[in-house]
Amino acid sequence: MRVSIKRDYDFIEYDVDMQDATLLEVLEAIKTTQDNSLAYSSGCRSSVCGSCAMRVNEKEVLACAYKVQAGDVIEPLKNVEVIRDLVVNMDRALKTNKRAKTWLQTYNKEAKLTHEDEKINALQSDCILCGACYSACPVYAVNTDFLGPFALTGVWKYISDKREAEPKEKIDTIQTNGVWDCTLCNECTLVCPQGISSKADIEKLRMKSSQFGYMDSSFAQSFGGGLSF
Amino acid sequence: MDEKMKTDVLIIGAGGAGLTAALAAKNAGVNVRVITKEYPTRSQTCMAQGGMNAALGNISPDSIEEHIQNTLKSAHGQANEEAVRYMCSEAPNAVAWLDEIGVCFSRTPEGKIAQRRLGGASAPRACYAQDYTGLKILHTLYERCLQKDIEMLNERYLVDLLCKKDGSVCGALILNIRSGEIEHLFAKSVILATGGYSRVYDKYSTNSTASTGDGIATAKRAGVKLLGMEFVQFHPTGLKNSSILISESARGEGGYLLNSKGERFTNELAPRDEVSRAIHEQILAGEEVFLDIRHLGEQFIDENLPQERKLALLYENVDPVKDLIPIKAVAHYTMGGIEVDNKSQTSVSGLFACGECANHKVHGANRLGGNSLLEIIVFGREAGKSAANFNLCDDKCQNDFDFKKETNFLESLKEYKNEIDFYEKRTFVGELFYKKVGIIRKESELLNAQEELQLLQNQLPQMGVKDGSKVYNTNLVEFIEFRNMLDVCEVVVASALARKESCGAHFVAEE
Repeated sequence: MRVSIKRDYDFIEYDVDMQDATLLEVLEAIKTTQDNSLAYSSGCRSSVCGSCAMRVNEKEVLACAYKVQAGDVIEPLKNVEVIRDLVVNMDRALKTNKRAKTWLQTYNKEAKLTHEDEKINALQSDCILCGACYSACPVYAVNTDFLGPFALTGVWKYISDKREAEPKEKIDTIQTNGVWDCTLCNECTLVCPQGISSKADIEKLRMKSSQFGYMDSSFAQSFGGGLSF
Repeated sequence: MDEKMKTDVLIIGAGGAGLTAALAAKNAGVNVRVITKEYPTRSQTCMAQGGMNAALGNISPDSIEEHIQNTLKSAHGQANEEAVRYMCSEAPNAVAWLDEIGVCFSRTPEGKIAQRRLGGASAPRACYAQDYTGLKILHTLYERCLQKDIEMLNERYLVDLLCKKDGSVCGALILNIRSGEIEHLFAKSVILATGGYSRVYDKYSTNSTASTGDGIATAKRAGVKLLGMEFVQFHPTGLKNSSILISESARGEGGYLLNSKGERFTNELAPRDEVSRAIHEQILAGEEVFLDIRHLGEQFIDENLPQERKLALLYENVDPVKDLIPIKAVAHYTMGGIEVDNKSQTSVSGLFACGECANHKVHGANRLGGNSLLEIIVFGREAGKSAANFNLCDDKCQNDFDFKKETNFLESLKEYKNEIDFYEKRTFVGELFYKKVGIIRKESELLNAQEELQLLQNQLPQMGVKDGSKVYNTNLVEFIEFRNMLDVCEVVVASALARKESCGAHFVAEE
């Protein structure tokens, strides 16, 4: 079985004799027996650490959760600096969490979470920050200031949590380069290995924003433009 | 000296222990820098599934005293009662703190934090977040560190500790994996939070490929005391083919262990050392062993054990809702590590340790499920406070960073010949350890393993790195990890040989 891997300057083909193997197992076999210089990131091998996100045939996958097929073309994530081969620098994408303030700011002592409340953000808190959604996001591709899918999902995680006493502060943070910039194309949902839909979370954040009196600024501008006649 | 390279407290490792230590040190008012060889959220902590023990009694009556007694019993006399008492007494506070910073724990219908029973516990005591407990705790800690402006440097790899002429630690020699440059990071105190060494068992381990005992090996080379290195916990339910973990919560929720004849052969909720031995004996007798959770039902499995179903489907091609899950016992957690006191202080001034790389004498010869997430929070905080306190109180650490120059390993590596493939040897060590330094040990086999290790140490200069590039050289990183694992292995075998009697996870069989 032949697979093609994007190396620093070019695609290189490798021949591997493995059946029903994950991409991570194939990469490890290539690295340890054929070419020690192949660089990729990995960790848990069980889809929970988020290290091995990459693209196969132009779609984002976790290498440890993808079963290799003959002819697969393997590349690093997009919209991110490639350090070497399949290794990318996640620092910039991770900084969006800081800008979006994805943390519990003010603890509401009175909040008492029920089993039903637990379900509200159980899925969002499954995020492993693998970066697949940033690679697939067409908005982040052209606007690097866009907060992006996992950061906005992170904001929804805390806003939807009764323990956050000041949700408005969080909503204030995501108005610029945030919820209104998303085109709702749903690419992030399609590639998420944890089944999270940042698009759906962004829609919920938009509703919440409206409740706090915000609206789509592009819409507001065109409306305002109309009044200036 | 470059001022950028100095900090008050340098924390090496950014899993749950390292990040908790960072938050505690920062809270005590000192400057903190955290480095990790990967990214914080990729640490081993994210793989903890089952839960975190605290005697809250949310499901049925429980007490701190019972938690203490269960822990001491499982430790087989190798724990320090005072340390265990402290950890168990602090557990409710630790869970309350995690709840306050936003960890999404599962809840009971009455709105209390849900708890499940794990092996060796007299009550449902493990607080959990479905079966993603470690993931959710780790990410919440990471987000808290972002909020508190804690400096976290990614993809920096510990090569060796920097020591002053008096032997005290004053920083670390770091390989910047991205640039390939060596950096001297100085600090008034250093905390090792680098994780355990289960990967010496290579493919016979549930752990991340990163659990290579770096901090322990590095500490040993700096003359720091280690303790209990023979105690390696084998988890009863690793998937048969991949060794990927199926959480103890599967048995806690009512799963059975069956052999090929479909018979149950052990108490599924005994401590892990007993269950693993029972499984291993079945396999040695020619049986296959399976975990059976079919009777729990699809709805229950999807709600409470979603990750287990996903992992079994993906890595073993079985659906736990209707199939048996083939399993074997594999290396999962290492009780041994850097000896520390109740304040996380190692035997060397200026050096602290917490998390799996440390031995706080709370797990002894066999850790209870649910006590490791607890330990990293309780003693992570202790380590952070102690390291900060050392800065504030100890005059010695106010000295300039006049460190001893030593030839570093990376320099000598240039002379290595690269005639023997270390990846093959890494696989070999894993097989050797699983067979001879594994679940059941014999003196003759331990001696044989010791000889093999000595040979490998001698051969090390004939191994080396094929990839000559500076940027992101994982071949180099993996070779340094391999060297660390060899150093750790030597201590594991020597400690196992020194302990003639069976004790907890260290089980000695007649020849």
